[in-house]
Amino acid sequence: MATFKDFRNSVKPNWCPGCGDFSVQAAIQRAAANVGIEPHELAVVAGIGCSGRIAGYINSYGFHGIHGRALPIAQGLKMANRNLNVIASGGDGDGFAIGMGHTIHAVRRNLDITYVVMDNQIYGLTKGQTSPRSAEGFVTKSTPVGAIEPSVKPLELALSSGATFVAQGFSTDIKELTALIEEGIKHKGFSFINVFSPCVTYNKVNTYEWFKEHLTKLSDIEGYDSSNRDLAMQTVMEKEGLVTGIIYQNTETPSYQEKLDGYSDQPLVDTELEMNKERFDELVKEFM
Amino acid sequence: MLHQLSWKVGGQQGEGIESTGEIFSMAMNRLGYHLYGYRHFSSRIKGGHTNNKITVRPTEVRSIADDLDILVAFDQETIEVNYKELTEKSIILADSKFNPVEPEDSKAPLFSVPFTEIATELGTSLMKNMVAIGATSALLKLEISVFQDVVDEIFGRKGKEVVEKNVEAIKRGYDVMSDLIGDRVGEWALEPADGKRRMFMIGNDAVALGALAAGVRFMAAYPITPASEIMEYLIKKLPKFGGAVIQTEDEIAAATMAIGANYGGVRAFTASAGPGLSLMMESIGLSGMTEQPLVIIDTQRGGPSTGLPTKQEQSDLMAMLYGTHGEIPKVVIAPSTLEEAFFDTIQAFNIAEELQIPVIVITDLQLALGKQTAEPFDYSKIEIRRGKIVQEELPANENKDYFRRYENTKDGVSPRVFPGTPNGIHHVTGVEHDETGKPNEAQGNRNTQMDKRFRKLEFLNFETPVHTNAPYEFADVLLVGFNSTRGAIEEVQEALIAEGLKVNHAHVRLLFPFPSEELAPLVNSAKKVIVVENNKTSQLANIMKMNVGGHDKTLSITKYDGTPLLPRELKNRVKELLD
Repeated sequence: MATFKDFRNSVKPNWCPGCGDFSVQAAIQRAAANVGIEPHELAVVAGIGCSGRIAGYINSYGFHGIHGRALPIAQGLKMANRNLNVIASGGDGDGFAIGMGHTIHAVRRNLDITYVVMDNQIYGLTKGQTSPRSAEGFVTKSTPVGAIEPSVKPLELALSSGATFVAQGFSTDIKELTALIEEGIKHKGFSFINVFSPCVTYNKVNTYEWFKEHLTKLSDIEGYDSSNRDLAMQTVMEKEGLVTGIIYQNTETPSYQEKLDGYSDQPLVDTELEMNKERFDELVKEFM
Repeated sequence: MLHQLSWKVGGQQGEGIESTGEIFSMAMNRLGYHLYGYRHFSSRIKGGHTNNKITVRPTEVRSIADDLDILVAFDQETIEVNYKELTEKSIILADSKFNPVEPEDSKAPLFSVPFTEIATELGTSLMKNMVAIGATSALLKLEISVFQDVVDEIFGRKGKEVVEKNVEAIKRGYDVMSDLIGDRVGEWALEPADGKRRMFMIGNDAVALGALAAGVRFMAAYPITPASEIMEYLIKKLPKFGGAVIQTEDEIAAATMAIGANYGGVRAFTASAGPGLSLMMESIGLSGMTEQPLVIIDTQRGGPSTGLPTKQEQSDLMAMLYGTHGEIPKVVIAPSTLEEAFFDTIQAFNIAEELQIPVIVITDLQLALGKQTAEPFDYSKIEIRRGKIVQEELPANENKDYFRRYENTKDGVSPRVFPGTPNGIHHVTGVEHDETGKPNEAQGNRNTQMDKRFRKLEFLNFETPVHTNAPYEFADVLLVGFNSTRGAIEEVQEALIAEGLKVNHAHVRLLFPFPSEELAPLVNSAKKVIVVENNKTSQLANIMKMNVGGHDKTLSITKYDGTPLLPRELKNRVKELLD
């Protein structure tokens, strides 16, 4: 069986030393090993930005696509091969700015893939502009007097879009993050995992220390029940989204592919392409 | 007896105009006639003038007729909009219900026929369409029994009574028309046809059936006029083949999902029109750069922006040829008949996989929605070619070296391995990359990979890039077009040859890479070249000049008012240019 090391490759990440993304990468690698899949059974599809490079840093099939489009590429891939484990990944700009439309629709479509957002609340690769996740008042190159737009609330957004799995992790806590991604991979449906992954170069506000001070583990909240959507929404709003753990999981709703009428149990990639003459003649006859 | 009949029914959208045309066409198809139907409609659900013009012949018909023999009108607007197409030999059948008025300068007489009144007597005004068909039958002296089968097929599910009522409506229409017109019954009778039934379909049907025959198992698309019928057909059919269609949130998702599925090893595609294609430009670049096959159907309509969404135009040409930033290899195919639409779609999937590139099939609204008869497509000509897909087991890889997915081969095409395959792990990226897919900006590597990608086009396998009918070694004029102008050009060529001119015709089927070698001899041996196209800026003429030359003798006929070119209009314009 594959181990954590089998998911490592020889590519040296070009992230800054101390970047939160290193831990996300490690957590995905550990989670994949823990659920017992082989590297070739995993595909990581990523967007553009520092986070997007992750597809090339894991020893698995990797697709580094275009800005904001990791989710549709990942969904198309999953449609082609339902046996493949597909993880889509990207930054907060990727998922909540340019790709926001895809995020909401992927959540409600509920295809069985895992989406890991590396949320650093800043645009790093373009060297420090505001992100839709930046807090109001946040000063960046593009918001010199402070951001005047309220920030996107990913957890509330996912919950209200009909998500069947919503979790949030923090880079520093690799153990919890690994467990969350593991559960996400195992979940039969779309798994939305937002990860606070600090940018050590451009975000001097939402630092490791800041998160340590502000985050609450859901496991520390007495009586928290992740199958209760109302409670999940209420808790997320009360804590202003600063929680980690599995926020909500619905194991009863079937995934998109399970609901699809006529969809092949066998992965489409393994099915025959050619149509026999009898079937062709039938189709032609319908036009006569 | 007439060799050709041109019949049109018109009224407000939503009052069954389309089904009236459909029933008439089905009956004529059963008698063995060839048909070419074209719908005029607006971008709204109910209301607004719509009409369906159907040209019928015992021989092949590829163009909308210039004139109109019979106009069936369910409102005054239909008369006002269409009476100028009528001749002295034509006739207007108008529903008495709206007290029709014959325009003063109408060449054709108007007969007020109680369509609605008879239908209401029979139980429902909805059957006014059947009464109108009955009235038409009297003019053509058709046996009512011809319609029995058609009505059975359409209304059979609703029970015997409904069928009988509808047949009764047709009979009553026949009788009332006979009384009104007296001994002119049968004046519009057509020469007999061969009795052979043909397929009767729109271009979108041919494309959709082609995709299915090519082994498509996944489609991602966003509804748009005039492309939606392609996805609607596949939504019905793909589940029967284990596949699926996803109606996406937008065209960006549609194209990128199709890329994802192709990457996964499944034949997948999307179909749209201009506005959707604009959104797909980044995907076309991604497909080209990552060498993932992608087939896109562009059913051109009137642009720019929302433009004329329900009208004919051929103005996406430059955008399809040169759209997306940067430079990628791409193939653009333009079918001009139903048969070409079917087989070109299959070829598009073959080429996309063989060369691992985006392939765009452009049609236009007239071809996409025009309903025509065609002989059943030849099953034995369906061919599936998937190119270099790794079939054998790959050697174990201890060092975790990536599979060389972008190996710099002689033909530029690298072996493809699908995710899930043991020992085939590699990286795919839209960033410039090396042979294993790892990002690499080195100058040498850039040139190697860029050259490799473009080298693939040299190995393109596409038969008959130009459809030609060139009987003359030296022609007075070469007529050039693409997509649905073919029928009109063919008729004009025939007519001008009959007048003593030497006319050759070239219809461009492969628009990129441009078939300069095939076209050059035709251009060189013609005194004049006239390029016919439905756009403002002579896009094809400019592409011809750029690739083939002939600047001094190339002339343009353009039309961009949303209506298709009709043969007589085209003939007159060609003659003006030659004078």
